[in-house]
Amino acid sequence: MSTAPAPPRTHDTTERRPPSPPAPRRRTWWDRLKRDKFVLLLALPGMAVIITFHYYPLLGNVIAFQDYQPYLGIRESLWSGFDNFSILFNGDPDLLNALKNTLTITALQTIFVFPAPIVLALILNSLASNRLRQVVQSVLYLPHFLSWVIVVAVFQQMLGGAGLLNNYLRSSGHQALNIIGNADAFKALVTSQVIWKDTGWATILFLAVLAQIDRSLYEAASVDGASKLRQTWHITLPGMRPIIVLLFILKLGDSLSVGFEQILLQQPAVGRQASEVLDTFVYNNGVIGGAWGVAAAVGLVKGVIGLLLVLMANKVAHAFGEEGVYKA
Amino acid sequence: MSSNAVADVTGRGAKATVLVVACGLVIVPFLGIVSTSLASPDQVTRAGGFVIFPTGIDLSAYRSILAGGVVTRSILISLFVTAVGTVLSITLTAMLGWALSRKGTFGNRYLLILVLISLLFSPGLIPSYLVVQQLGLLDTLWALIIPTSVTAFNVVVVRAFFVGLPNEIIDSARMDGASEWQLFRHIGVPLAKAALTVVGLFYGVGYWNSFFNALLYISDSSKWPLQLVLRTYVVDNTQLGAEDLGAAGHALPPQTSIQMAILVISIVPIVVIYPFLQRHFAKGVLTGAVKG
Repeated sequence: MSTAPAPPRTHDTTERRPPSPPAPRRRTWWDRLKRDKFVLLLALPGMAVIITFHYYPLLGNVIAFQDYQPYLGIRESLWSGFDNFSILFNGDPDLLNALKNTLTITALQTIFVFPAPIVLALILNSLASNRLRQVVQSVLYLPHFLSWVIVVAVFQQMLGGAGLLNNYLRSSGHQALNIIGNADAFKALVTSQVIWKDTGWATILFLAVLAQIDRSLYEAASVDGASKLRQTWHITLPGMRPIIVLLFILKLGDSLSVGFEQILLQQPAVGRQASEVLDTFVYNNGVIGGAWGVAAAVGLVKGVIGLLLVLMANKVAHAFGEEGVYKA
Repeated sequence: MSSNAVADVTGRGAKATVLVVACGLVIVPFLGIVSTSLASPDQVTRAGGFVIFPTGIDLSAYRSILAGGVVTRSILISLFVTAVGTVLSITLTAMLGWALSRKGTFGNRYLLILVLISLLFSPGLIPSYLVVQQLGLLDTLWALIIPTSVTAFNVVVVRAFFVGLPNEIIDSARMDGASEWQLFRHIGVPLAKAALTVVGLFYGVGYWNSFFNALLYISDSSKWPLQLVLRTYVVDNTQLGAEDLGAAGHALPPQTSIQMAILVISIVPIVVIYPFLQRHFAKGVLTGAVKG
C-alpha cells in the first residue's frame, strides 16, 4: 500500500511532476515525512502517552532481576539474577495460596459469569416488545458504569451485618446471616458481584450478533415443526458460536487476573487467606511490603503466562475451524 | 404443536420472572440507598440503619457532607480531575484518531499496530508505578489524569468513525485548498461530534470512578478523590466526626445517613450522564469491536 504511486495532486503548485517522468517516481521516506509532518504532529501527543505508559514501563520489568531499592532507582540497584524468582520455584505458601484463590475464582467466573450474558441476551432477544426490551436494557446496563468502590459499598449495605437483608431477617425473627465478613462465602460473593455489575453490559455484543442471524432460518424451522427451544439450539447458538469462542479466548487470557480492585477493597473484611489473588499479592508485597523485585517477578511471570494462554487458545480455536481473535 | 404451545407459555413465564428479578436486583439497592440518605435521623435509628420508604425528606446528611470538610474537598477534586481529564482525553484521542485514519501517510500502519498491540497487554502494576514515580507525578492530581488520558480502545473507536467518513467530502475540501489542519478542525471534528461525545463520556466516567490509581499514586489524604473517601468512610466504615465534615458544633445525622449520602453523591453524576451515554454507546462499542 505504501509503495503505490501517489495520486496526482492538482492543487499542489509547489510540487509539479517532472515534464516526462520515465516511471512514477517513488517518494523517499524523507519526502513523505515532510509531506505528512502535520498528521504526525497530531499523532504525537497521543502516541507519547501510549508509549510512555504502555511500552516504556515494560523496561521497568528489569527490576524483577534486581535487588531493587527505591531510593537508588533502577540504574543504581544491584543485579540479583533470578533470586527474585526463587519465590516461584520454592513454592512459597502465600504465593501458592494466591494462585489457588485466583484459579478458583477464575473457575467460578467461567462457570457462572461467562454464560450469564448469553442467557440474558437470548431472553432479551426473544422479547416481542421492543419498548420493554429497551427499558430492561437501560436498567441492567447501569451497574457497569459504577466503580468497584460503589458496587462493594452497595453490596455491603444490602448484605452486610446492618444491611437490608439482615434487617429483614431479624425483623421476621430469623438469624442474621454473615455474608460480607465470611471467609467461606467470599468467592461466591465476589462472583455474584461480577454478575451483578457486568452481565447486562456484556449482552450488548451478543444482542448485536443475534440481530444479524437470518430471520428466514427461523421461519423454515418453525414450518418444519421445530419448537422454540430446538430453534435456539440449532439456529441461535450456532450463530453465536464465533463470538462466544472469541470472548472465551480473551477470558482465558485473563485467567490470572481476577477483579483486582474488587478483591483488594474487600480484603480487610475476610483476611488474606481467603482473598489473596496474584494481583493483590503483587500489590501487597511490592507497593505495601517493599519487596519490589519479588513483586515485579511475580507480575512478569503472570503477564507472560497470560499472553501465552491467549496465543495457545487462539491456536486451539483455529484447530477447531474458528476465527479466533486474530489470524495467522 | 400443542406441547410446543405449552412450552412457549411456561417459557414466557420463566422469562418474565428472570427479567423482573434482574431489574429488581438493580433497582432495590438504589432505592434503599437514596431513601436512607433522605430519611429522618429518627427513622434511620428506629429501622436499625436502613430505610426503604422514608416517611419524610431530611437533607441534613447532605448538608453535613457539603459543609466544607473532607467529603466536600474530595468532591471538588473529583470534579476537577474529571473535567480536566476529559477535555485532555478527547483532544488527544481525536488528534490521534484522525492521524491514524489518514491512510498512506508516513508510518501510518506502524503507529496503528503499536496502538492495537497495546490493547492486548497491560504493562504491570509495579513498572507502571515506577514510571509515574520517575515522572515526578506521585502525589499530584496529574497522576490520576495523564497515565489514563489516551486509551487505545477509544482511539480505535474514533479512528473507525473517521475512516467511515465519505472520502468525497475530504477530497473536495482538499480541492478547495484546505490544509490538513482545516480538514481536521472543520470537517473531521464537527462530523465526529457524536463519536467524540460518547468517547468523552466514557473517559469522564473513568476519571470520576478512578480509584486504584488514586490509591496507588496519592498518599496525601488532602488530595484524595471521592472514591478514596468512599472507600475509607463507607466501605471500611471509618467514622466521620463533625470536624472531618467541617460541621463542628452541629448535631450530626446517623453515620448510615451520611454514608448513604456520600454514596448517592458518587452515583449522581453517572446517572445524570447515563441517558446521553446510552443513546450512543452500543453503536460506539460495536464500531470499536468490529473494526478493531
